[in-house]
Amino acid sequence: MSYELIGISVLWLFLYGYLIVASIDFGAGFFAFYARWTKQDHLINRLISRYLSPVWEITNVFFVFFYIGIVGFFPDTAYYYGNALIVPGSIAVILLAIRGSFYAFENYGSKKNIVFLFLYGATGLLIPASLSVALTLSEGGFIVKQGETVSLDYWALFTNPLSWSIVGLAIVSVLFISSSFLAFYASRAEDHAALKLIRGYALFWSTPTIIIALTAFIYLGQHNERHFQNMMDLWWLLALSVAFFMIAMWLLYNGRRYGLAFICVMLQFFTAFFAYGIGQYPYILDPYITVQSSATSPAMGMALVVVFIGGLCMLIPSLLLVFKLFLFDADYVKGKK
Amino acid sequence: MAIDTVMWSKLVTGMTLAFHVIFATLGVGVPLMIAIAEFIGIRKKDPHYTLMAKRWTRGFIISVAVGVVTGTAISLQLALVWPNFMKMAGNVIALPLFLEVFAFFFEAIFLGIYLYTWDRFKNPYIHWLLTIPIVIGACMSAVFITTVNGFMNQPGGFVMEAGQFTAVDPVQAMMNTATFSKVFHVLSSAYLTGAALLAAIAAFTMLRKGVSAYHKKALNLMMVLVLVFGLLNTLAGDVSAKFLAEHQPEKLAAAEWHFETEKGADLILMGWLNAQHEIIGALHLPKVLSFLAFGDFNAEVIGLEEFPKDEWPPLLVHYLFDLMAGVGFALLVIALLYFLFVFWKKRNELNKWMLRLIALCAPLAFLGVELGWFYAEIGRQPWIIRGYMRVEEAATTSPSIRILFFVFLLLYIVLGTMCVVVLRRLFNNNPPEVEMEKWMKEKRNQSIEKGESTR
Repeated sequence: MSYELIGISVLWLFLYGYLIVASIDFGAGFFAFYARWTKQDHLINRLISRYLSPVWEITNVFFVFFYIGIVGFFPDTAYYYGNALIVPGSIAVILLAIRGSFYAFENYGSKKNIVFLFLYGATGLLIPASLSVALTLSEGGFIVKQGETVSLDYWALFTNPLSWSIVGLAIVSVLFISSSFLAFYASRAEDHAALKLIRGYALFWSTPTIIIALTAFIYLGQHNERHFQNMMDLWWLLALSVAFFMIAMWLLYNGRRYGLAFICVMLQFFTAFFAYGIGQYPYILDPYITVQSSATSPAMGMALVVVFIGGLCMLIPSLLLVFKLFLFDADYVKGKK
Repeated sequence: MAIDTVMWSKLVTGMTLAFHVIFATLGVGVPLMIAIAEFIGIRKKDPHYTLMAKRWTRGFIISVAVGVVTGTAISLQLALVWPNFMKMAGNVIALPLFLEVFAFFFEAIFLGIYLYTWDRFKNPYIHWLLTIPIVIGACMSAVFITTVNGFMNQPGGFVMEAGQFTAVDPVQAMMNTATFSKVFHVLSSAYLTGAALLAAIAAFTMLRKGVSAYHKKALNLMMVLVLVFGLLNTLAGDVSAKFLAEHQPEKLAAAEWHFETEKGADLILMGWLNAQHEIIGALHLPKVLSFLAFGDFNAEVIGLEEFPKDEWPPLLVHYLFDLMAGVGFALLVIALLYFLFVFWKKRNELNKWMLRLIALCAPLAFLGVELGWFYAEIGRQPWIIRGYMRVEEAATTSPSIRILFFVFLLLYIVLGTMCVVVLRRLFNNNPPEVEMEKWMKEKRNQSIEKGESTR
């Protein structure tokens, strides 16, 4: 396997990791705000903050990690996406900045403040929406290169149903992933009142997820035939995804095995996400950047892979420690520590 | 004067960095102080020090949050504002950037654990051990990111072929000639600033609310560190000047207004220039520049005349350099004065004027860091990668950068204000004495509960 293939696989895996942890975080922010708004915050907000407080920074690093990795392995991406995304990218940066800092202000500061919580909840939906634009752009047709200048065709972007369906999918998935995780966390904490509320959220957001996913898939077929066909060739991955979704739904509906239900949700997104990614291969930006054409020099590629393996050897035990202390320690989850 | 997109790009990045460096410096400097305080607290069984570690951590986490988000901003701006730079240099600097993220990842994980496990371990040293990955992670992320800055000043580890960097050796690029002196100076100044800030807070509180045991201990401990790192930082400054004299003479010459190559060069302090580049009203220290640059009063120091005029850094850097060095010495002198009072028993080291001077250390230290970075960045102009790529070749061509400048300005104003407001609220109504009492009471209750359950 060549280093650029290892690179893109690893990065895609990291992006998947970010998708899951960030969705939990983003969605939890929204639910925390929504619960305060509807005066149900006494039920779930303590639970949410017990989970989020120790991990929010880690979530943020996942994102920077993916970004630095892709620029490192494929420097051309910086040139094309950097030029094209200066405005939407800056908006995402500002939203991330507001979110991260206001989380800390709300949580570690002494006084609770509904404005902070609103900013935190609202950005939780806007960030995935703005980040998902990058996925839309990679389909081609929106980034235009004329001579030496690269620019973004905003009109084409805003009038295209594909971009809106991807934005919708991003928001709905965030809410679905997050609520199914929080249901699991609440069941671990044996917090029945919270569980009842969150399970309702999860069931509510499940159907829209699958409907919007299908819609986006159909629009993808109209916009980028090649990508669509490649994904159809991977039909078994998509079928697996639907199957995992069904299992998760069944478990949630019957109100048992919330841990398994969340694993099924993770697998549902894993299979769909990889079907999407493998279908897009070899393009990173259709038609300008492919994995092979933009890869950095072999020396740098190898250095990055080596660092990556070394880094994982340090990170995985540390992450396991975090999980052990905050996720699988029943007393902590229940709020006794 | 019309400002073009290149200038706006410089302004956006300069502003982001000027804001970020405050929090980045805290992020590197303060963890060490927390680790030292917690260690002494366990060692001496003195709850005051433990409380210091707790309170500092609580304030620190707020600044970390702002540091994280502004750090994310600057990393994305590298590609958004300087796409051509990233395209070209990305092939060489990806490794340190990647390593930096790993180091920070490591730090973030352990910071999360550290914050929420104060009373979870029976052996207090286990909790203290968690500070080690935090201190190392913070330190290493500073090291890695500084190698990138070193590369921009002293590019190496590649062959230039048809406008592209080829035959890249990323490790050699990281170990460029600028790396050692820069890393040394960045770390020593960050630890100095962390200690100066915490000492200044203790002094400031004692000025307003009178002397207390907690603040006295904090002040004494931090002044020791101000002295130690003040000395190290002076050494690092000297190493940096000697590095510049040898490898990047135009940067030193611009900072010293040293136009003609000569032996036994004078050191020029402050002053100003007339239209003919003649120096007026400056203090001349004969032959000192030669001594500072090469450790020899008669050594030859290269002047700006040897470089084409369009490659001169802006001559304004002279003031940045002089003020930065002045701040460094001022901090050292204040620390020495404090210990003079401490050892000279007749004098009270906590007298009003001494405390005022120490309180001044915090703004001074941050000013020094800002001046130093502005000197480092402006002194490299007109290059973004010295000798290979000019700043104007690297910038974005998008006119939206002008609006973005104001949007980011607003963001930083909001973040900065909120950060101050939240920190004040966190500490103003919660003095350490009150917190100490509460904490002791809790402890007593817990031990009573335990006593009952074993009975």
